[in-house]
Amino acid sequence: MRDILVQSQYQLVAVLHQFVVCQPQLSKQKKEKEKRLAATDRAVCISVLEAMGFRVGQGLIERLTRDSPSFKDELDIMKFVCKDFWTKVFRRQVDNLRTNHQGTYVLQDNKFALLTQLSNGKQYLDQAPKYLAFSCGVVRGALSNLGLESVVTAEVSSMPSCKFQVVIQKS
Amino acid sequence: MSRQSNRTTDNKKMSSELFTLTYGALVTQLCKDYENDEEVNKQLDKMGYNIGVRLIEDFLARSTIGRCQDFRETADIIAKVAFKMYLGITPSVTNWSPAGDEFSLILENNPLADFVELPDNHNTLIYSNLLSGVLRGALEMVQMAVDVKFVQDTLRGDNVTEIRMKFIKRIEENLPAGEE
Repeated sequence: MRDILVQSQYQLVAVLHQFVVCQPQLSKQKKEKEKRLAATDRAVCISVLEAMGFRVGQGLIERLTRDSPSFKDELDIMKFVCKDFWTKVFRRQVDNLRTNHQGTYVLQDNKFALLTQLSNGKQYLDQAPKYLAFSCGVVRGALSNLGLESVVTAEVSSMPSCKFQVVIQKS
Repeated sequence: MSRQSNRTTDNKKMSSELFTLTYGALVTQLCKDYENDEEVNKQLDKMGYNIGVRLIEDFLARSTIGRCQDFRETADIIAKVAFKMYLGITPSVTNWSPAGDEFSLILENNPLADFVELPDNHNTLIYSNLLSGVLRGALEMVQMAVDVKFVQDTLRGDNVTEIRMKFIKRIEENLPAGEE
Protein backbone atom coordinates (compact mmCIF):
# COMPACT_ATOMS: atom_id res chain seq x y z
CA MET A 1 0.00 0.00 0.00
CA ARG A 2 2.80 2.36 0.90
CA ASP A 3 4.49 1.56 -2.36
CA ILE A 4 1.35 2.56 -4.22
CA LEU A 5 1.32 5.87 -2.37
CA VAL A 6 4.91 6.61 -3.30
CA GLN A 7 4.31 5.64 -6.89
CA SER A 8 1.23 7.81 -7.16
CA GLN A 9 2.98 10.82 -5.79
CA TYR A 10 5.83 10.35 -8.18
CA GLN A 11 3.33 9.97 -10.98
CA LEU A 12 2.05 13.40 -10.02
CA VAL A 13 5.57 14.78 -10.30
CA ALA A 14 6.04 13.15 -13.70
CA VAL A 15 2.75 14.53 -14.99
CA LEU A 16 3.54 18.00 -13.67
CA HIS A 17 6.90 17.79 -15.36
CA GLN A 18 5.22 17.14 -18.70
CA PHE A 19 3.28 20.35 -18.24
CA VAL A 20 6.28 22.29 -17.06
CA VAL A 21 7.98 21.31 -20.31
CA CYS A 22 5.11 22.55 -22.45
CA GLN A 23 4.70 25.82 -20.59
CA PRO A 24 7.50 28.01 -22.01
CA GLN A 25 6.39 27.14 -25.50
CA LEU A 26 2.79 28.11 -24.84
CA SER A 27 3.64 31.57 -23.58
CA LYS A 28 6.36 32.25 -26.09
CA GLN A 29 3.85 31.67 -28.87
CA LYS A 30 2.02 34.76 -27.75
CA LYS A 31 4.80 37.07 -28.77
CA GLU A 32 4.46 37.65 -32.49
CA LYS A 33 7.99 38.43 -33.56
CA GLU A 34 9.42 35.43 -31.81
CA LYS A 35 7.16 33.18 -33.85
CA ARG A 36 9.50 33.67 -36.78
CA LEU A 37 12.58 32.57 -34.91
CA ALA A 38 11.74 28.92 -34.40
CA ALA A 39 15.24 27.74 -33.66
CA THR A 40 15.97 30.53 -31.18
CA ASP A 41 12.59 29.80 -29.63
CA ARG A 42 13.60 26.28 -28.87
CA ALA A 43 16.89 27.31 -27.36
CA VAL A 44 15.19 29.92 -25.20
CA CYS A 45 12.61 27.40 -24.03
CA ILE A 46 15.29 24.93 -23.13
CA SER A 47 17.28 27.50 -21.20
CA VAL A 48 14.15 28.63 -19.35
CA LEU A 49 13.45 25.04 -18.36
CA GLU A 50 17.05 24.54 -17.33
CA ALA A 51 16.94 27.64 -15.16
CA MET A 52 13.79 26.37 -13.44
CA GLY A 53 15.51 23.08 -12.79
CA PHE A 54 18.53 24.87 -11.39
CA ARG A 55 16.55 26.54 -8.64
CA VAL A 56 14.71 23.31 -7.84
CA GLY A 57 17.99 21.38 -7.68
CA GLN A 58 19.47 23.90 -5.27
CA GLY A 59 16.49 23.59 -2.96
CA LEU A 60 16.42 19.80 -3.12
CA ILE A 61 20.07 19.32 -2.31
CA GLU A 62 19.78 21.65 0.67
CA ARG A 63 16.98 19.53 2.09
CA LEU A 64 18.71 16.27 1.33
CA THR A 65 22.14 17.02 2.76
CA ARG A 66 21.01 18.95 5.80
CA ASP A 67 22.36 16.40 8.25
CA SER A 68 25.10 14.78 6.21
CA PRO A 69 28.80 15.25 6.90
CA SER A 70 30.78 17.14 4.29
CA PHE A 71 32.20 15.37 1.26
CA LYS A 72 35.79 14.25 0.90
CA ASP A 73 36.34 15.27 -2.70
CA GLU A 74 34.77 15.82 -6.10
CA LEU A 75 34.43 12.13 -6.84
CA ASP A 76 32.68 11.61 -3.53
CA ILE A 77 30.18 14.30 -4.46
CA MET A 78 29.53 12.73 -7.86
CA LYS A 79 29.02 9.33 -6.30
CA PHE A 80 26.54 10.88 -3.91
CA VAL A 81 24.70 12.46 -6.82
CA CYS A 82 24.63 9.13 -8.65
CA LYS A 83 23.36 7.15 -5.71
CA ASP A 84 21.46 9.04 -3.02
CA PHE A 85 20.43 12.12 -4.97
CA TRP A 86 19.37 10.17 -8.06
CA THR A 87 17.41 7.76 -5.87
CA LYS A 88 15.57 10.54 -4.13
CA VAL A 89 14.81 12.52 -7.25
CA PHE A 90 14.52 9.93 -10.03
CA ARG A 91 13.76 6.87 -7.90
CA ARG A 92 16.65 4.75 -9.12
CA GLN A 93 20.40 4.89 -9.12
CA VAL A 94 22.57 5.89 -12.02
CA ASP A 95 23.61 2.75 -13.85
CA ASN A 96 27.04 3.79 -14.92
CA LEU A 97 29.42 6.56 -13.90
CA ARG A 98 32.50 7.26 -15.97
CA THR A 99 35.12 9.93 -15.52
CA ASN A 100 38.35 11.08 -16.98
CA HIS A 101 39.49 12.17 -13.52
CA GLN A 102 39.90 15.65 -14.89
CA GLY A 103 36.50 17.10 -14.15
CA THR A 104 34.33 15.38 -16.75
CA TYR A 105 31.77 12.81 -15.70
CA VAL A 106 29.25 10.84 -17.69
CA LEU A 107 26.22 9.51 -15.81
CA GLN A 108 24.26 6.88 -17.64
CA ASP A 109 20.72 6.04 -16.64
CA ASN A 110 19.21 3.22 -18.66
CA LYS A 111 15.66 3.78 -17.57
CA PHE A 112 15.37 7.48 -16.91
CA ALA A 113 12.19 8.09 -14.97
CA LEU A 114 11.04 11.14 -16.91
CA LEU A 115 11.52 9.48 -20.30
CA THR A 116 9.88 6.11 -19.70
CA GLN A 117 6.45 7.48 -20.58
CA LEU A 118 7.66 9.05 -23.81
CA SER A 119 8.84 6.15 -25.87
CA ASN A 120 10.82 2.96 -25.85
CA GLY A 121 13.30 3.41 -28.63
CA LYS A 122 13.87 6.05 -31.22
CA GLN A 123 10.38 7.51 -31.51
CA TYR A 124 10.15 11.18 -30.45
CA LEU A 125 13.92 11.35 -30.15
CA ASP A 126 13.90 14.95 -31.40
CA GLN A 127 11.55 15.93 -28.56
CA ALA A 128 13.82 14.48 -25.91
CA PRO A 129 15.99 17.56 -25.27
CA LYS A 130 12.95 19.49 -24.00
CA TYR A 131 12.20 16.76 -21.53
CA LEU A 132 15.76 16.58 -20.28
CA ALA A 133 16.43 20.30 -19.87
CA PHE A 134 14.72 20.53 -16.50
CA SER A 135 16.62 17.52 -15.15
CA CYS A 136 19.94 18.91 -16.35
CA GLY A 137 19.11 22.04 -14.42
CA VAL A 138 18.28 20.03 -11.34
CA VAL A 139 21.67 18.32 -11.44
CA ARG A 140 23.48 21.58 -12.09
CA GLY A 141 21.65 23.28 -9.23
CA ALA A 142 22.45 20.45 -6.85
CA LEU A 143 26.14 20.53 -7.73
CA SER A 144 26.17 24.30 -7.46
CA ASN A 145 25.02 24.21 -3.86
CA LEU A 146 27.59 21.53 -3.11
CA GLY A 147 30.27 23.93 -4.27
CA LEU A 148 30.81 22.71 -7.80
CA GLU A 149 30.07 24.95 -10.75
CA SER A 150 29.36 22.80 -13.77
CA VAL A 151 27.87 22.51 -17.21
CA VAL A 152 25.37 19.69 -17.52
CA THR A 153 24.13 18.37 -20.84
CA ALA A 154 22.16 15.29 -21.73
CA GLU A 155 22.09 13.08 -24.76
CA VAL A 156 19.74 10.34 -25.75
CA SER A 157 20.25 7.77 -28.46
CA SER A 158 17.48 5.43 -27.52
CA MET A 159 14.83 6.11 -24.91
CA PRO A 160 14.51 5.66 -22.00
CA SER A 161 18.25 5.39 -21.67
CA CYS A 162 20.14 8.66 -21.48
CA LYS A 163 23.55 10.03 -20.59
CA PHE A 164 24.20 13.16 -18.59
CA GLN A 165 27.54 14.79 -19.14
CA VAL A 166 28.83 16.91 -16.28
CA VAL A 167 31.83 19.12 -16.82
CA ILE A 168 33.08 20.72 -13.64
CA GLN A 169 34.25 24.28 -14.18
CA LYS A 170 37.57 25.07 -12.57
CA SER A 171 37.62 28.60 -11.25
CA MET B 1 25.87 6.30 6.03
CA SER B 2 22.99 4.01 5.11
CA ARG B 3 19.50 5.08 5.96
CA GLN B 4 17.73 1.82 5.23
CA SER B 5 15.01 2.17 7.81
CA ASN B 6 13.88 5.59 6.65
CA ARG B 7 14.06 4.79 2.97
CA THR B 8 10.32 4.69 2.21
CA THR B 9 9.28 7.71 4.25
CA ASP B 10 12.24 9.64 2.88
CA ASN B 11 11.19 8.74 -0.64
CA LYS B 12 7.69 9.98 -0.02
CA LYS B 13 8.92 13.22 1.54
CA MET B 14 11.38 13.72 -1.25
CA SER B 15 8.75 13.16 -3.90
CA SER B 16 6.53 15.75 -2.32
CA GLU B 17 9.41 18.20 -1.97
CA LEU B 18 10.36 17.68 -5.59
CA PHE B 19 6.73 18.31 -6.48
CA THR B 20 6.48 21.40 -4.29
CA LEU B 21 9.67 22.89 -5.67
CA THR B 22 8.77 22.08 -9.27
CA TYR B 23 5.33 23.60 -8.80
CA GLY B 24 6.92 26.69 -7.30
CA ALA B 25 9.27 27.02 -10.25
CA LEU B 26 6.29 26.65 -12.58
CA VAL B 27 4.22 29.37 -10.89
CA THR B 28 7.23 31.69 -10.77
CA GLN B 29 7.79 31.21 -14.49
CA LEU B 30 4.11 31.80 -15.22
CA CYS B 31 4.20 35.03 -13.23
CA LYS B 32 7.15 36.16 -15.33
CA ASP B 33 5.47 35.22 -18.60
CA TYR B 34 2.06 36.73 -17.95
CA GLU B 35 1.55 40.31 -16.80
CA ASN B 36 -1.30 39.88 -14.36
CA ASP B 37 -2.44 37.44 -11.71
CA GLU B 38 -5.77 36.76 -13.39
CA GLU B 39 -4.00 35.36 -16.44
CA VAL B 40 -1.78 33.20 -14.25
CA ASN B 41 -4.82 31.90 -12.37
CA LYS B 42 -6.48 31.02 -15.65
CA GLN B 43 -3.40 29.24 -16.96
CA LEU B 44 -3.02 27.25 -13.76
CA ASP B 45 -6.66 26.24 -13.98
CA LYS B 46 -6.25 25.19 -17.60
CA MET B 47 -3.15 23.14 -16.84
CA GLY B 48 -4.86 21.61 -13.87
CA TYR B 49 -7.81 20.66 -16.04
CA ASN B 50 -5.55 18.87 -18.51
CA ILE B 51 -3.78 17.09 -15.70
CA GLY B 52 -7.10 16.14 -14.11
CA VAL B 53 -8.58 14.49 -17.20
CA ARG B 54 -5.58 12.16 -17.28
CA LEU B 55 -5.05 11.79 -13.58
CA ILE B 56 -8.52 10.34 -13.06
CA GLU B 57 -7.54 7.30 -15.09
CA ASP B 58 -4.42 6.83 -13.05
CA PHE B 59 -6.48 7.21 -9.90
CA LEU B 60 -9.10 4.68 -10.95
CA ALA B 61 -6.42 2.24 -11.99
CA ARG B 62 -4.56 2.46 -8.69
CA SER B 63 -7.48 2.52 -6.29
CA THR B 64 -10.15 -0.11 -6.71
CA ILE B 65 -13.00 2.28 -6.10
CA GLY B 66 -16.16 1.67 -8.07
CA ARG B 67 -18.78 4.21 -9.07
CA CYS B 68 -19.92 6.61 -6.37
CA GLN B 69 -23.61 6.53 -5.48
CA ASP B 70 -24.01 10.21 -4.67
CA PHE B 71 -22.18 13.47 -4.25
CA ARG B 72 -21.47 12.82 -0.57
CA GLU B 73 -19.64 9.65 -1.44
CA THR B 74 -17.73 11.50 -4.13
CA ALA B 75 -16.64 14.08 -1.58
CA ASP B 76 -15.43 11.40 0.80
CA ILE B 77 -13.47 9.59 -1.89
CA ILE B 78 -11.85 12.82 -3.03
CA ALA B 79 -10.81 13.76 0.47
CA LYS B 80 -9.87 10.39 1.92
CA VAL B 81 -8.50 8.50 -1.06
CA ALA B 82 -7.49 10.85 -3.85
CA PHE B 83 -5.87 13.60 -1.82
CA LYS B 84 -4.18 11.03 0.37
CA MET B 85 -2.86 9.16 -2.61
CA TYR B 86 -1.44 12.09 -4.51
CA LEU B 87 -0.67 14.74 -1.95
CA GLY B 88 -0.35 12.73 1.24
CA ILE B 89 -2.92 14.78 3.14
CA THR B 90 -6.53 14.17 4.10
CA PRO B 91 -8.63 17.33 3.99
CA SER B 92 -11.87 17.38 5.94
CA VAL B 93 -15.24 17.62 4.25
CA THR B 94 -17.51 20.22 5.85
CA ASN B 95 -20.06 22.97 5.24
CA TRP B 96 -22.53 20.95 3.27
CA SER B 97 -25.24 23.08 1.72
CA PRO B 98 -28.84 22.16 2.65
CA ALA B 99 -29.45 20.78 -0.83
CA GLY B 100 -26.38 18.56 -0.53
CA ASP B 101 -24.79 19.87 -3.70
CA GLU B 102 -22.03 22.01 -2.26
CA PHE B 103 -19.29 21.28 0.24
CA SER B 104 -15.94 22.54 1.41
CA LEU B 105 -12.61 20.80 1.62
CA ILE B 106 -10.56 22.17 4.47
CA LEU B 107 -6.81 21.68 4.15
CA GLU B 108 -4.87 22.33 7.33
CA ASN B 109 -1.61 22.36 5.44
CA ASN B 110 -1.21 22.62 1.73
CA PRO B 111 1.77 20.66 0.38
CA LEU B 112 1.82 22.75 -2.79
CA ALA B 113 2.54 25.84 -0.76
CA ASP B 114 5.29 24.58 1.53
CA PHE B 115 8.04 27.17 1.91
CA VAL B 116 5.98 29.68 -0.10
CA GLU B 117 5.29 33.31 0.64
CA LEU B 118 3.37 35.53 -1.73
CA PRO B 119 5.01 38.89 -2.41
CA ASP B 120 2.89 42.01 -1.95
CA ASN B 121 2.30 42.69 -5.62
CA HIS B 122 0.55 39.34 -6.15
CA ASN B 123 -2.48 39.76 -3.93
CA THR B 124 -4.97 38.18 -6.29
CA LEU B 125 -2.84 35.19 -7.22
CA ILE B 126 -4.45 31.89 -6.34
CA TYR B 127 -1.24 29.96 -5.92
CA SER B 128 -2.77 26.51 -5.76
CA ASN B 129 -5.23 27.05 -8.57
CA LEU B 130 -3.86 24.00 -10.33
CA LEU B 131 -5.84 21.96 -7.80
CA SER B 132 -9.17 23.44 -8.84
CA GLY B 133 -8.44 22.57 -12.44
CA VAL B 134 -7.42 19.04 -11.51
CA LEU B 135 -10.61 18.45 -9.54
CA ARG B 136 -12.78 19.92 -12.27
CA GLY B 137 -11.10 17.92 -15.05
CA ALA B 138 -11.08 14.67 -13.17
CA LEU B 139 -14.75 14.88 -12.20
CA GLU B 140 -15.74 15.86 -15.71
CA MET B 141 -14.32 12.55 -16.89
CA VAL B 142 -16.65 10.74 -14.54
CA GLN B 143 -19.66 12.62 -15.83
CA MET B 144 -19.87 15.32 -13.17
CA ALA B 145 -19.75 19.02 -13.94
CA VAL B 146 -18.52 20.88 -10.89
CA ASP B 147 -17.50 24.36 -9.99
CA VAL B 148 -14.37 24.61 -7.83
CA LYS B 149 -13.28 27.75 -6.02
CA PHE B 150 -10.69 28.66 -3.44
CA VAL B 151 -12.52 30.41 -0.64
CA GLN B 152 -9.70 30.68 1.88
CA ASP B 153 -5.97 30.45 1.35
CA THR B 154 -3.23 30.26 3.98
CA LEU B 155 -0.92 32.13 1.65
CA ARG B 156 -3.22 35.12 1.77
CA GLY B 157 -3.49 35.25 5.51
CA ASP B 158 -6.30 32.82 6.31
CA ASN B 159 -5.93 30.07 8.89
CA VAL B 160 -6.76 27.23 6.58
CA THR B 161 -7.11 26.61 2.89
CA GLU B 162 -10.72 26.05 1.92
CA ILE B 163 -11.86 24.75 -1.45
CA ARG B 164 -15.54 25.05 -2.22
CA MET B 165 -16.97 22.49 -4.62
CA LYS B 166 -20.40 22.81 -6.16
CA PHE B 167 -22.15 20.16 -8.18
CA ILE B 168 -23.63 21.67 -11.31
CA LYS B 169 -25.02 18.77 -13.28
CA ARG B 170 -24.51 15.27 -14.44
CA ILE B 171 -22.93 15.16 -17.88
CA GLU B 172 -24.76 12.87 -20.26
CA GLU B 173 -22.58 10.73 -22.47
CA ASN B 174 -23.22 11.80 -26.03
CA LEU B 175 -22.91 9.16 -28.66
CA PRO B 176 -21.59 10.50 -31.94
CA ALA B 177 -24.35 11.18 -34.45
CA GLY B 178 -25.23 8.13 -36.49
CA GLU B 179 -24.32 5.61 -33.83
CA GLU B 180 -27.00 4.17 -31.60
